[in-house]
Amino acid sequence: MAMSLVAETHSNPDASRDVETLAMSNETGYRRFRAGKFHFARDEYFARLSWPGGTRTIPIDAFLRALMRDVAWGFFYGTVAFDGIFGTINHYGTVTLYAGKFDDAYRAAGRDYEELYDSPALMSLFREMLSDWTIEGYDPFAAPMETGTAWGKKSGSNEAAIGRQRVTARRMVGLPGDTPVRTDDLGFPVNRDFADVAQDQPLVEAEPGFEGEVSAYNLFGYLSRSDVTWNPSVCSVVGDSLFCPTSEEFILPIEHGNDRCEWFLQLSDEISWEIKDKNSGKPRATVVQKAGDIACMPADIRHQGFSTKRSMLLVWENGSSKIPELIAKGEAPIVAVTF
Amino acid sequence: MSSVVTKFGSLAEYEKGGVTIVDDNPRNYVFSNVFDVAAKSAPYERIAVGKNFEYVIEAFRAEGESAWYAAAHDEFVLTMDGEIEVHLVKLADPGVVDPESLGAHRLANWPDGAKMGRIVLRRGHMALLPVGSAYRLVATAPAAGIFQTIQGPETIERWAEICQVD
Ligand SMILES: [Fe+2]
Repeated sequence: MAMSLVAETHSNPDASRDVETLAMSNETGYRRFRAGKFHFARDEYFARLSWPGGTRTIPIDAFLRALMRDVAWGFFYGTVAFDGIFGTINHYGTVTLYAGKFDDAYRAAGRDYEELYDSPALMSLFREMLSDWTIEGYDPFAAPMETGTAWGKKSGSNEAAIGRQRVTARRMVGLPGDTPVRTDDLGFPVNRDFADVAQDQPLVEAEPGFEGEVSAYNLFGYLSRSDVTWNPSVCSVVGDSLFCPTSEEFILPIEHGNDRCEWFLQLSDEISWEIKDKNSGKPRATVVQKAGDIACMPADIRHQGFSTKRSMLLVWENGSSKIPELIAKGEAPIVAVTF
Repeated sequence: MSSVVTKFGSLAEYEKGGVTIVDDNPRNYVFSNVFDVAAKSAPYERIAVGKNFEYVIEAFRAEGESAWYAAAHDEFVLTMDGEIEVHLVKLADPGVVDPESLGAHRLANWPDGAKMGRIVLRRGHMALLPVGSAYRLVATAPAAGIFQTIQGPETIERWAEICQVD
């Protein structure tokens, strides 16, 4: 069965499709965008957001990195927080756009605001925004040392960077008909920060007739050739168990508030994770993971990772569509294991 | 030449990070290290180091020959350190494993069926252990790996022994 990272399973006829691309600013050359009562504009340095009763200013490089992930991941699992105030919540077919919903002060003041959207409608607006606001030379998927800057007035575009095909193995990378192993020839050279990673492939001796099932590949070599950061991609699948390894450098561009438990197995080097309470934003823990360390992110937190040396991380997700409801109804634990 | 050093762990040399608490219980993070777990287990014990409903990640140390295993679904093996050889046999009678069952099952006897092939995995290499087959692992020197699978009769849970508790 084809397995995408996040499947759309729920629809809601009441969800809004009221999204609009507005006129180009003569001053900056960028378009403005509107989703319901949320307004989006960018200038030389910032994304400027507004909604009834509030505004938010976010540095444009950080905003585009976050927007890139939200678009590429199809709103991902649970909450994708662009910063402490603004973000999206995936309901798998519909999506909430919110401001202040997960901030104690905003909620206490009654300043939190949200609107519910039909996912494809908001996705099409986000794609247009990403395309219009990403200038030539800036790659929101790349580590900061590997790309130009996002600053300035409108100047060209970078469709190649933001239109990358997402990798989603149906069974395992490298199987016949499945997503291919990365090579120089396919346009995936070894990344500068993984120059020492062995590129040998496993020895595979298949008897005649079993070539399609006797299969193996160099996962670490595959990850060393990733041209993007913080982009978990399905590489092997057992039912709803999705191994989504990724290469990480600098900062996870979002705070991820998953609606289910999510596991991290650090495959190389080191990441530190800042853990905050999902609802209040109050700090709860710091988790430092070195090669071989494995840890679970509970379902009631938000996490953001920091990696100086580019590192390999295995993100392990359970893609079952039943889990968010079970957790919401209190029928599933917010921690993966109690002992 | 590049001076980059990518740090992988091994059975002989691994460093653990850890959970530093502000306001939480470290047990909530179920923090362990696959090399630590593999080093302290008997060869081919399948120790759960990750669990998400029925799904598990099992860590193991490969040393010598394993038993033969089969499952009613795909599994995957990833070598984290050393070299592990995988032998695959197409089960003549897939019914030796209940098709409704979950996880890896240890076979009492040498499996009956055609030889499918042999794979040699070194660090970072992943292999498919396809449904309908039986497999065994062989390592001439101690090696470490993980399985992506479902919790089954061979899965061992010893969370309190392997995880950070305070
Ligand atoms: Fe996450």
